Amino acid sequence: MTGLFETLGLGASAELLSLSSWGGNLLRGLANSLQIAVGAFGMGLVIGLFGAYGKLYGGKVTRDLLAIYTTVIRAVPELVLILILYYVGSDIINKISEAFGGGRVEISGVAAGIWVLGVVQGAYATEVLRGAIKAVPVGQIEAAKSYGMPAFMIMRRVTIPAMMGFAVPGLANLWLIATKDTALLAVVGFSELTLETRQAASSTRAYFTFFLAAGFLYLMVTLFSGAVFARIEKWARRGQPSLKGGSS
Amino acid sequence: MKIKAFLTAVSAAAMLAAGGAAAEQVKIGIAAEPYPPFASPDSAGNWVGWEIEVIEAVCAAAELDCVITPVAWDGIIPSLTGQQIDAIMASMSITEERLKTIDFSDAYYNTPAVIVADKSIDIEPTPESLAGKIIGIQASTIHQAYAQEYFKDAELKVYQTQDEANQDLFAGRIDATQADSIAMADFVNSDNGSCCEIKGAVADDPAILGRGVGAGVRKGDTELLEALNKGIAAILADGTHEKITEGYFTTSIY
Amino acid sequence: MITVKALMQPHRIVMMLLFAALIIWCAFSLRWDWIPQYAPLALQGLWTTIWLLVVTTVLGFLLAVPLGLAQAIGPWYLATPARVFCTIIRGTPLLLQIWLLYYGLGSLFPQFPWIRSSELWPYLRQAWPYAVLALTLSFAGYEGEVMRGAFSSVAKGQLEAAKSFGMPRFTMFRRIWLPQAVRNVLPTLGGETILQLKATPLVATITVVEIYAVSSRVRSDTFIVYEPLLLLALVYMVLAGLIALAFRRFEGV
Repeated sequence: MTGLFETLGLGASAELLSLSSWGGNLLRGLANSLQIAVGAFGMGLVIGLFGAYGKLYGGKVTRDLLAIYTTVIRAVPELVLILILYYVGSDIINKISEAFGGGRVEISGVAAGIWVLGVVQGAYATEVLRGAIKAVPVGQIEAAKSYGMPAFMIMRRVTIPAMMGFAVPGLANLWLIATKDTALLAVVGFSELTLETRQAASSTRAYFTFFLAAGFLYLMVTLFSGAVFARIEKWARRGQPSLKGGSS
Repeated sequence: MKIKAFLTAVSAAAMLAAGGAAAEQVKIGIAAEPYPPFASPDSAGNWVGWEIEVIEAVCAAAELDCVITPVAWDGIIPSLTGQQIDAIMASMSITEERLKTIDFSDAYYNTPAVIVADKSIDIEPTPESLAGKIIGIQASTIHQAYAQEYFKDAELKVYQTQDEANQDLFAGRIDATQADSIAMADFVNSDNGSCCEIKGAVADDPAILGRGVGAGVRKGDTELLEALNKGIAAILADGTHEKITEGYFTTSIY
Repeated sequence: MITVKALMQPHRIVMMLLFAALIIWCAFSLRWDWIPQYAPLALQGLWTTIWLLVVTTVLGFLLAVPLGLAQAIGPWYLATPARVFCTIIRGTPLLLQIWLLYYGLGSLFPQFPWIRSSELWPYLRQAWPYAVLALTLSFAGYEGEVMRGAFSSVAKGQLEAAKSFGMPRFTMFRRIWLPQAVRNVLPTLGGETILQLKATPLVATITVVEIYAVSSRVRSDTFIVYEPLLLLALVYMVLAGLIALAFRRFEGV
């Protein structure tokens, strides 16, 4: 057993992974990854909410433009989108800033990561939320309208609470995609978990130790968020008839 | 409830984007991939190495407020032209090809390009000897340009970092690699490079291999270019350059 | 399906004109002079991408069937490993898996001289076997989860009917269970294949020269940033469109 451990390069794992050694780098990388994932997921939800409303109730042009957005984003690999958005994004921001007579705007790595992944997430969130809004019984919204509720209040009081139950499973999936997509930012040189892992691994040659440790961290994030989303779904579906126990 | 949380997240993101705007800092781009002994992160996450010390010395001498900013090597020139960084100090050789896109300061070091291969294999740094072999090279380097020009009969495998090429040389996936002599001397003296030895320098071609390593700046950014040239001249004159070099190498690399 | 009539609405005509203007602007004001020089390499890269996609989806799907079956009806000693496998694959980034296989195994093999002198070595030293392995396992992990659902959703009555006719278990699986499960997953299979297409550029990070790697090469050789990336995005959109069309026809049959 120890022989196998040594061959795999896992011999000095405990030492290498201690917080004062490379373990601290991995955790810092994880913190960066999570920060980007949370931001991108949030930005995706905002885009998704507007996108879903636009697709359902918007004018012809809005609908067509949104269709192009979601189709293109979902057909092009995230890695390619990240590179395009990364270069285009900073170019545009600088051009705008210069046009207004301002200096160059500095974009932090985290903000750039959030912008890039947020735009990608937005396309998927648009589809998830559109499906969820469509699943809300029309009668409920019509009832609210007939009471003279303003549109924004209908959205806040009726549509969003009613669609949450339908949206949560899809959103949970999106969150997992967001956490895993942060790894792609390693390719543009952001020091998130995967790049930190790669740097630690190539500095120490303990490839198995670090890649397995990073895999474990990602897995913990996945399993933990899975549990959290299960609770959220239960909460969001409170008062709705159970979908599971029904006859098939 | 939920909406509030989203809004907080988004406004936080917006603040991050706007934060730190417009300070008079000079962002010095280095390659995000470790390139020991010139620049690599230690286990505390700080960048250390010969080039990092030189950057600090040059900035101090030129009275610039520098921030070291790691950028993926592959995209380092686009990052410079796209204004994500202000200068490149990442062991980048001054070549004709690059001068079409960016400007360079005076050189701050210069080393020959060498071929490294397994000790047990008989290889010479010539096109004839390398014919039919697999050569690993780092993307966007003078070595890639050189190998494409001279080692046409060899199979070239392109890596994002020299470190990956070294790793694959150790793993036997490539037969040889061409890279900078100092970095390679460091590699073959380490445990991971024990397999291999330097087989010799390749025949020089200044048009491709360049005139040493300089700091890259955007075309037209003469103010920064002059400041960096002044800084480089100052550390060469007052012995700082030599003192830093003594900490890493046994011979001068200027 | 989009018909000509649907495209002939006034706002769409305007949009198409704008789009055409954008294309013309791109064609004339951006730099495309690098294309002839890199065209042969790009075609090779495109072929590698397609080859990787086809091989790994087929192998991955073949692996997903037993994975799904084991989770749906297998005894615990088969169901648990299958579930753990799917959870790990789906819970960690593919990039990390690719690097673990390529660099991890790559640092392991040279420690055994007999591997280096074996006949497999010429293959093991190349990058594509690791790319194929990683992409296959990934597809199997995601599709295995889908297949689990598909196997569980085949109506029990049909299986009971087959049993009551005295059909042997394997015939029952081959004739009733598998065809129905596959039909259930077909609508999602197109989407999964497009996801797999979008995963292929990751293998460029381990030196496999597919279409994405070719665009990086152009970018690093010429310092032209946008043009190769835009063309690359277009190539992927066309490929994704072809996959979607192919599966739509397939489903229609």
